[in-house]
Amino acid sequence: MARFRRREKTRAIPRIEPRVTALTILFLVVLGGAATRLYYLQIIRHHALAELADRNRIRLQRQPAMRGLVFDVRHRPLVDTQPSFDAVMVPEDASNLDETTARLQKLLGDNAQIEQKLERAEDEGRPEFDPVIVDEHLTWPQVVALETNQLDLPGVSLQVNPRRHYIYGSLAAHLLGYVGEVTVRDLNRFPNYAMGDEIGKFGLERAWEAMLRGTPGGQEVEVDSVGRRLRLLREIPERPGNSVIMTIDLDLQKVAEDAIGDRAGALVAIDPNTGYILAMVSHPAFDPNQFTGGITPAMWRALTMDPAHPLANRAIQGVYPPGSTFKIVDSIAGLEDRTLTPSTTYTCAGGIYFGGREYRCWRKQGHGAISLHRAIVESCDVFFYNVGQHLGIDRLAAWAHAFGFGRKSGIALDNERSGVVPSSAWKMQRFGERWYPAETLSASIGQGYVAVTPLQLADFAAEVANGGTLFQPQFVKEVDDIDGTPVKVFPPIVENQVQIDPDVIAVVRDGMAGVVNQADGTAHAARMDNVVVAGKTGTAQVVKEAQGQRTKEDQLPERYRDHGWFMAFAPLDHPQIAIACIIEHAGHGGSTAAPVVKAVLQKFFELNPPQGGAPARNPDANQDNSVDPLAD
Amino acid sequence: MSRFDRRLVYHFDWTIFSLALGLAAVGVVSVLSVTWGNTRHALDPLVVRQLTWIAVGVVLMITVGLFDYRSLSAWAYVFYALTVILLGIVAVAGHSTGGSQRWINLGVFKLEPSEIAKLAVVLVMVHYLREEPPRGGWNLRHILIPGVLLAVPAVLVLKQPDLGTALILVLITATLIYAGGINWRAGAVLLLAAMLAAPAAWHYLKPYQRERLVSFLNPESDPLGSGYHIIQSEIAIGSGGAWGKGLFKGTQARLNFLPEQTTDFIFAVFTEEFGFAGSMLLLSLYVALIVRGTWIARHARDRFGALLALGVTGIVFWQVAINIGMATGMLPVVGITLPLVSYGGSSLIAMMTAMGVLISINTRRHLF
Repeated sequence: MARFRRREKTRAIPRIEPRVTALTILFLVVLGGAATRLYYLQIIRHHALAELADRNRIRLQRQPAMRGLVFDVRHRPLVDTQPSFDAVMVPEDASNLDETTARLQKLLGDNAQIEQKLERAEDEGRPEFDPVIVDEHLTWPQVVALETNQLDLPGVSLQVNPRRHYIYGSLAAHLLGYVGEVTVRDLNRFPNYAMGDEIGKFGLERAWEAMLRGTPGGQEVEVDSVGRRLRLLREIPERPGNSVIMTIDLDLQKVAEDAIGDRAGALVAIDPNTGYILAMVSHPAFDPNQFTGGITPAMWRALTMDPAHPLANRAIQGVYPPGSTFKIVDSIAGLEDRTLTPSTTYTCAGGIYFGGREYRCWRKQGHGAISLHRAIVESCDVFFYNVGQHLGIDRLAAWAHAFGFGRKSGIALDNERSGVVPSSAWKMQRFGERWYPAETLSASIGQGYVAVTPLQLADFAAEVANGGTLFQPQFVKEVDDIDGTPVKVFPPIVENQVQIDPDVIAVVRDGMAGVVNQADGTAHAARMDNVVVAGKTGTAQVVKEAQGQRTKEDQLPERYRDHGWFMAFAPLDHPQIAIACIIEHAGHGGSTAAPVVKAVLQKFFELNPPQGGAPARNPDANQDNSVDPLAD
Repeated sequence: MSRFDRRLVYHFDWTIFSLALGLAAVGVVSVLSVTWGNTRHALDPLVVRQLTWIAVGVVLMITVGLFDYRSLSAWAYVFYALTVILLGIVAVAGHSTGGSQRWINLGVFKLEPSEIAKLAVVLVMVHYLREEPPRGGWNLRHILIPGVLLAVPAVLVLKQPDLGTALILVLITATLIYAGGINWRAGAVLLLAAMLAAPAAWHYLKPYQRERLVSFLNPESDPLGSGYHIIQSEIAIGSGGAWGKGLFKGTQARLNFLPEQTTDFIFAVFTEEFGFAGSMLLLSLYVALIVRGTWIARHARDRFGALLALGVTGIVFWQVAINIGMATGMLPVVGITLPLVSYGGSSLIAMMTAMGVLISINTRRHLF
């Protein structure tokens, strides 16, 4: 019975109504699922998806700020920003693309390659109505041609871009530096930059990036799915960068650059009362304009592969033996440590024997009995071998350190080198060897391990001039905002105050005045009529000669020739300027570096007449001008 | 029907009629929003055309509603044959857009026969299945003919290629065969066969169809390519939030981030501007229509009417489910319109006519 009934049921004619009901339930369940999904998307995920929708339609267009200008100490612009004209084309706006392209090509010349640029833009997936830059940095005639033919060139327009411009080309290139496009590495360090932004890469441009850059503005633009701009939603105006007023004097810098000419070398001029740098030259130099808007690989290769290293700032990166200029350190150290007095006399017979070897004086026939003043004036090596020996290397090193040698000056430039001030501890650490007394002899005439930068030597000259104050060298005096209101001023910073007896300083200065002004001085070439200049020459040996051997300079090939040093300050009584200059492979400082320094000093005192007006004390003004070519 | 029966007016199904008009209104608002501000005219040509089709559709809906649906049975094969011929013409000389050949260009009107095919298949199935099944229901043998009747237009539609419509044809046929009374065992066998056929079907898919399936499973795999549609649609719907961005303020649609705005993705256009409230309203209209449709199916006076009502309701349901599923990222992208809402003459007029059929079935319930 039960079995029959079940069978009857399965064998029944299926009724339509329950099946429709079942389907209705299925339909409603499915639509309920859709409602759930909609709840999830529109209520739960609303915020995330709304943000995605905004990100779809809103584009941020950055407006880079105009980079700040750079002025010299007298507010003359050194670096500015000039408009650069690019030709841009919106292919969609050109009524007849081929015709327009041909006309434009004719106006711009064959180098423009407009078609290729348009094709490349298409290949790179240019959104519709997006302009293509068809030619950059147009010349003025090209700009004029484009402007006058505007009506025949539908879809073509001029775009003005600010372009960093170094007004005097390579002048002070190492100090000013250059700008370039940000790299991926820069972007990691500075999150506020975007691809395509300009950033200081070197020199002042790099060191003062934060001040010069300004604040980029931007536009929030609504775009459609093909990237066409529809309307401006919000605009944040950009804020131009601040102006930097340097301590450099353009005229002085120019004279220094010209005086060095195409020789390799460096010059640093400092105000001894403030530590402000008045001029800084490193030759050979480069033209920072080459870097603006991207340097070509060929130019970059040429600069980096050049054996003369034009990119290196010799003023802070070049380390050279100071040669005889170091004798001034010996003098002060000896006098202060009482191992030397102004009347201490040694006998120079053209050399001394030490440890079974002869250490020669540059003057073969010797200086005879000689005391400090004449030893400085005539740069007697034997005298200072004795001074160094009595002082000992570690005392000498301590003094040299106090004056700022062997450490970085703290100037706001990258890649400064510290040079070397050797001592027994230094040698042990560096070579694991004890100091040999004979090495003290080399060190005391600024040879051997001693190595200094032109900046350090200029600092030292300034210290002798001001009585022992080591300022941190600065090349920026003030930063002003766009309206000229000072944002920041940079007062002098005293780095170290070396305690020196005024009498000691007087003795040394007197010697240095003799170097320039006495007939037998080694830097007679730097003598001036209206100002008393004090200085000291030096020679940096390039080839380590057999100890005590001296070869005639002109018998050596140029690259083995010595570098000539000259450091000076003036006027003697109230020094206003201190200078160090090195000319590479040119021989003696007295004949090579001293005239350069003299040219700078002449210009300086032309611009800043010496205080008191009247010619200062010039005791030996009328003496013989001849200079011993071997004098050192 | 020599004399007009006043009861036709008295018992006219205003529910279906108003729901159809309500849905059409949603469509008009959406198309209006997409095209707003595009032209200087007060109304974009697209909106004007949409309104025209709705007007034609409404006239057809009322006319069909007043006719006796039973007379359709006699025309089932003629209608079916005509549709197959039209599909054949499409295959030979159709107008193609975007890689698929779906339209016959009639000058003023581009006819899309696959929209008519849905109605033709429903009609021919219902006509064939109108007789009561034997005890225990139909076996596989009984549904061989319906299978062939399905296969001919389905293959032609698939060739266009229009995977979506082919799928709808299969689904409504299955719905009708189930409701009409298939044997449980035969049903299970068919279901099993369909599942086994799926991997084989993959083989026959066009590369772009495969891509769509892959990108559906992982839209981020190719966000600018085939995954784009799904992602942009989800963003549009989700960014609408609870109350929507407001009329004419849907950025996804108006700024063209959303593809196929007036047709396949019109749901996203409407819900971006009207939010969850809007999507629930739209869904409610469909639920009401489906509940009413199936109610008519259950209360129809004859099997033909019941199956016909179910068939028409089935078209609505399956298209709504697949279209919304696709727009919300739950189903892969297949080109299926949102019935009565999407822009498109063939689709609108066909669906309005189908609503007329529903009205006719419900109205005649009282007349015999």
